[in-house]
Amino acid sequence: MALYSEKVMDHFRNPRNVGVIEDADGVGEVGNAKCGDIMKMYLKIDNDTVTDVKFETFGCASAVASSSMATELIKGKPVSEVMRLTNKAVAEALDGLPDYKMHCSVLAEEAIAKALEDYFSKHPEKRIQ
Amino acid sequence: MIYADNAATTKMSSAAIAAMMPYITEYYGNPSSLYLAGQKAKEAIERARESVARCIGAQPREILFTSGGSESDNQAILSAAMIGKKQGKRHIVSDPIEHHAVLHTLKKLEKEGFEITFLPVYGEGVVRAEDLKNAVRDDTCLVTVMYANNEIGTIQPIGEIGRFCRERGILFHTDAVQAVGHIPVDVVKDGVDLLSASAHKFHGPKGVGFLYAKRGIPLSNLIEGGAQERGKRAGTENVPGIVAAAAALEESAAKMEENARKLSALRDRLICGLSEISHSALNGDAHKRLPSNVNFCFEGIEGESLLLLLDDKGICASSGSACTSGSLDPSHVLLAIGRVHDVAHGSLRLTLGEDADTEDVDYIIRSVKEVVERLRGFSPVWRDLTSGKKPFIL
Repeated sequence: MALYSEKVMDHFRNPRNVGVIEDADGVGEVGNAKCGDIMKMYLKIDNDTVTDVKFETFGCASAVASSSMATELIKGKPVSEVMRLTNKAVAEALDGLPDYKMHCSVLAEEAIAKALEDYFSKHPEKRIQ
Repeated sequence: MIYADNAATTKMSSAAIAAMMPYITEYYGNPSSLYLAGQKAKEAIERARESVARCIGAQPREILFTSGGSESDNQAILSAAMIGKKQGKRHIVSDPIEHHAVLHTLKKLEKEGFEITFLPVYGEGVVRAEDLKNAVRDDTCLVTVMYANNEIGTIQPIGEIGRFCRERGILFHTDAVQAVGHIPVDVVKDGVDLLSASAHKFHGPKGVGFLYAKRGIPLSNLIEGGAQERGKRAGTENVPGIVAAAAALEESAAKMEENARKLSALRDRLICGLSEISHSALNGDAHKRLPSNVNFCFEGIEGESLLLLLDDKGICASSGSACTSGSLDPSHVLLAIGRVHDVAHGSLRLTLGEDADTEDVDYIIRSVKEVVERLRGFSPVWRDLTSGKKPFIL
């Protein structure tokens, strides 16, 4: 059996939503180069909805695939729903990750949470309790 | 497919496969049995022992067949430690870029009260004899320094170390797994007391190796049982494996010069081509280096991604990134030569095989350039470096 599922390899080879959003409403970066994974998420939020999302990732195939899949899962979704995205949902959408790579999906969840936090800090009135 | 991971393992040679066949199909008898089929197998082992011994300048009785490099390393080091312990000597000198078979065995001995001194390897990944001279003490029972490094391919000054140890009466072990069959190894000239080798690194089968132990050095058993291998390694011998190992080594030794000449030229072409990639660096000394080994760090990318995209292009390689080792830390070898974590994660090892040609090398160069550029294209680290937010390391 291959190291990764077909879905992981597909998202790794053809990552969706790669890039930066210059005028992003929220930006979140997590991880550090020391551990070998850095993920950066850019969100465009309009009318309480994530209208656009882009990412940049330094890391292994599962980190790239996790960020790619996470962007697909949140694009066009209301902020209230995006807040509830879990790493498990990302991993499941990828047809699973090896146990020792689950932290990659955690990074994706955290990067999005951090980008949302950045957005809320700029727009406190939008914060959802 | 271009197989450029020959330091991990090699393809078995047809000579090795042909040599082992009769001992699977016809002379499958137990070498300890008295009937002809058994005795034929026993004779084959002894012929293999003579042949292996000849290839490294040893006597046949100094060769012990084992399951491979790791077992040989374990037995050599534990035996030397046992000898030292009996004389009240509990100090060992080694270096930080040894294979884990050596490092973990030393760690075990440390827990049992041995003291280990690790010699520096500097930026070039090579130990210096003068450091060894300063490190040895009256209670040093063993010096263990690898012949050539498995990751960065650097060749250590084994002859110099061996002569010094001989003068001082200290046992000297070398893990020669990457050297035997690839560069000249002569246990007498090099002053080696204990040497480990593995057959699958020189086109022999996996699961076979040998330990050279200079006559008179008492070995401790790792495996107790029957009287095979002069009572030093119990268990029915892996006859087909041993015979194939010897055939593979004979062939590698015969072609060594020719292969080394060809491979070093290809290696240098590859190093030259990959050096064109910006913010990259060769790991390990460029000259004191195995003919087949190329190891680079590329800033701003991670090794596992690099390997998988190269695999898509039909290139088999390896990396010292944490993701490929299953731990959080990148290669201990790259860290020891001073590469910081950020950079060590983006390493690539290419170890060429004898059938490689310039076309393969040029294809590898093109592919690596393409893949590095692609990964840097969406790396936040690379963005920070190129935008001046963080300084380049390489």
